[in-house]
Amino acid sequence: MGQVKSLADLRKIKDDLRVKMSLRENSNNPESLVQIKVAMATCGIASGAKQVMDFFIEELEKRNIQAVVTQTGCMGYCFAEPTVEITLPGQAPVVYGYVDTKKADDIIEKYIKSGELVDGIIPVNYETIENNKEEK
Amino acid sequence: MAKYKMHLLVCGGTGCHASESESLLSHLKAIVTDKGLDNEVQVIATGCFGFCEKGPIVKIMPDNTFYTQVTPADAREIIEEHVIKGRKVNRLLYVNPENKEHIADSKHMGFYKKQIRIALRNCGFIDPENIDEYISRDGYEALAKCLTEMTPQQVIEIMKKSGLRGRGGGGFPTGLKWEITSKSVSDVKYVVCNADEGDPGAFMDRSILEGDPHSVIEAMIICGYCIGASNGLVYIRAEYPLAIDRLKTAIGQAREYGLLGNDVLGTGFAFDIELRYGAGAFVCGEETALIHSMEGLRGEPTMKPPFPSVSGYYGKPTNVNNVETFANVPVIINKGADWFASIGTEKSKGTKVFALAGKINNVGLIEVPMGTTLREVIYEIGGGIKDGKKFKAVQTGGPSGGCLTEKHLDFPIDYDNLIAAGSMMGSGGMIVMDEDDCMVSIAKFYLEFTVEESCGKCSPCRIGNKRLHEILDKLTKGNGTREDIDRLRNLGHVIKDTALCGLGQTSPNPVLSTIDNFWDEYMEHVNEKKCRSGQCKALLQYVIDPENCVGCTACARNCPVNAIAGERKGIHVIDQTTCIKCGACLEKCKFNAVFIK
Repeated sequence: MGQVKSLADLRKIKDDLRVKMSLRENSNNPESLVQIKVAMATCGIASGAKQVMDFFIEELEKRNIQAVVTQTGCMGYCFAEPTVEITLPGQAPVVYGYVDTKKADDIIEKYIKSGELVDGIIPVNYETIENNKEEK
Repeated sequence: MAKYKMHLLVCGGTGCHASESESLLSHLKAIVTDKGLDNEVQVIATGCFGFCEKGPIVKIMPDNTFYTQVTPADAREIIEEHVIKGRKVNRLLYVNPENKEHIADSKHMGFYKKQIRIALRNCGFIDPENIDEYISRDGYEALAKCLTEMTPQQVIEIMKKSGLRGRGGGGFPTGLKWEITSKSVSDVKYVVCNADEGDPGAFMDRSILEGDPHSVIEAMIICGYCIGASNGLVYIRAEYPLAIDRLKTAIGQAREYGLLGNDVLGTGFAFDIELRYGAGAFVCGEETALIHSMEGLRGEPTMKPPFPSVSGYYGKPTNVNNVETFANVPVIINKGADWFASIGTEKSKGTKVFALAGKINNVGLIEVPMGTTLREVIYEIGGGIKDGKKFKAVQTGGPSGGCLTEKHLDFPIDYDNLIAAGSMMGSGGMIVMDEDDCMVSIAKFYLEFTVEESCGKCSPCRIGNKRLHEILDKLTKGNGTREDIDRLRNLGHVIKDTALCGLGQTSPNPVLSTIDNFWDEYMEHVNEKKCRSGQCKALLQYVIDPENCVGCTACARNCPVNAIAGERKGIHVIDQTTCIKCGACLEKCKFNAVFIK
């Protein structure tokens, strides 16, 4: 790196680092962003979750969508791996099964961009401690 | 370029260093490499997270998991469980002391909830040894704006409008100081950063220099532009080796980028920074003493005026600001004076960093808006008093400050309120005391410190403080009289009025404020020769309750001075003239027969 001669030069350095730092910046307020959790247990990884996660990270960046992509453990839907849970800001999470890169592309284009549901949703059939508490 | 999916932020502050965070860092790095994850997972050493009580801290991004008290032996589990399998390591999560639930995300922890971080914005978030990470957080943008879009006077106006006041203790308006120095006519001027942090228990300046050194460098260049100086000096104590290292690295990087040197940002403005090391004298935090020390003279203060802004380092106009004050500057330029002035109280704007220490659950570094109450700081952020004991007092402003008590708990903390309450902001140390602390002994402790640190130049401080200390010592030994308390008060006021510099003018504060707030305790020491908290050993009496004593002889056998007499199976008695009050008998008695009177 040479000398910084102007505000534009500074902004260039900042831009070059944007992707790297956004990983930290965004995780400070994930509620306001699209959150994507990729199930990365043994079953998930064996079915290609790693490629799906890479795809999400790269494509969201290319398509300029601010999102937090994290990995999580096994969600229990091992039959439908890779599974991905998407939470749009202010909405209930939706879990998609059998997500390959093609499906991931669909999810980004339709669900994340315009909120349109895509085939392959796994209905939530369990109670979490939180919503159990609320009902009581 | 490697595309990292996960960042592991490991605290690299001095506190966590002391608990093996360096070895933890190398373990984490080695395991990441070993697992072939070095293209996906980046391990970064950051500055202090502030939650030193629970250090070493490891924070995992992007899922924002906050691990506490992590040892090098935990590194493998974090990588194998959390990083690879996505399962949080529960036993390392912070446990909410109220309901014993694990909290994964720092945002939900009481310690962080009420904090607003301006001066500490980058501490625990960026790698302090990487200038690019600082730049990515708007670093040096304020400098670029000032140099290319604003005149020095415009920048000074912003600083004045923001209401920023000196964070080193005095609370002098920063913008005004800059303006005065800018108006002094001279061929050479200096910008000095006062990093001679001396208050016992305060470590905010060290943390900023260790966690975000570039913020201070940027602000010093801006200050230089405003006042027309080309030379910057950082006066830092030699016992801050890590801060010195990081600062040197940062200065080197800034030079390489052309942000320091003969042509800052290609604008033709010249500015460079050098370090000066202090030997750790408390008085050298006083600006005139600091300047003399930098000149190679004895670290003794001189009369003001002339103020350093007129005649300072080698007689040239010198602008001295504290580290935390500087750390606020770039944010004020970037976000505007109005934004900054919207935080805080009427006369104290922005935030203040406090170092919580003493009998408090969450020891550490916090930053809260001015006007936050003591109750919020101690109970909500600090997590209350250790071991469920009762709060007694909090000393703010270090040895120059005073004690605040329960009746001040709902006081909004700002410069003026603290002075009205008989204390001061100081550099932001907060030492919390509980029912086990004796206020006379506390006053004596602080006096010991000032007697030790007095430079000896003026007699009120050199002799007066010594006398104060002697009288307090007399009280704690049970030889005090009512007149002694009056003498403490009178002498205290005389020292305050006549001492040469800030050290002497404030050193009687701990005595005066404890007399005001804990009058009863002083009277007990004098009239009843009693110390209610049991700290003044000379006033204690260990006695044996004849009802409970079974004559086992355990106490007599363990007494180091053979002060206990009694037959086997007969009642024992302690001879008070021989007893040295070591407490061994109390510890050894299995029948609760020994007690303190």
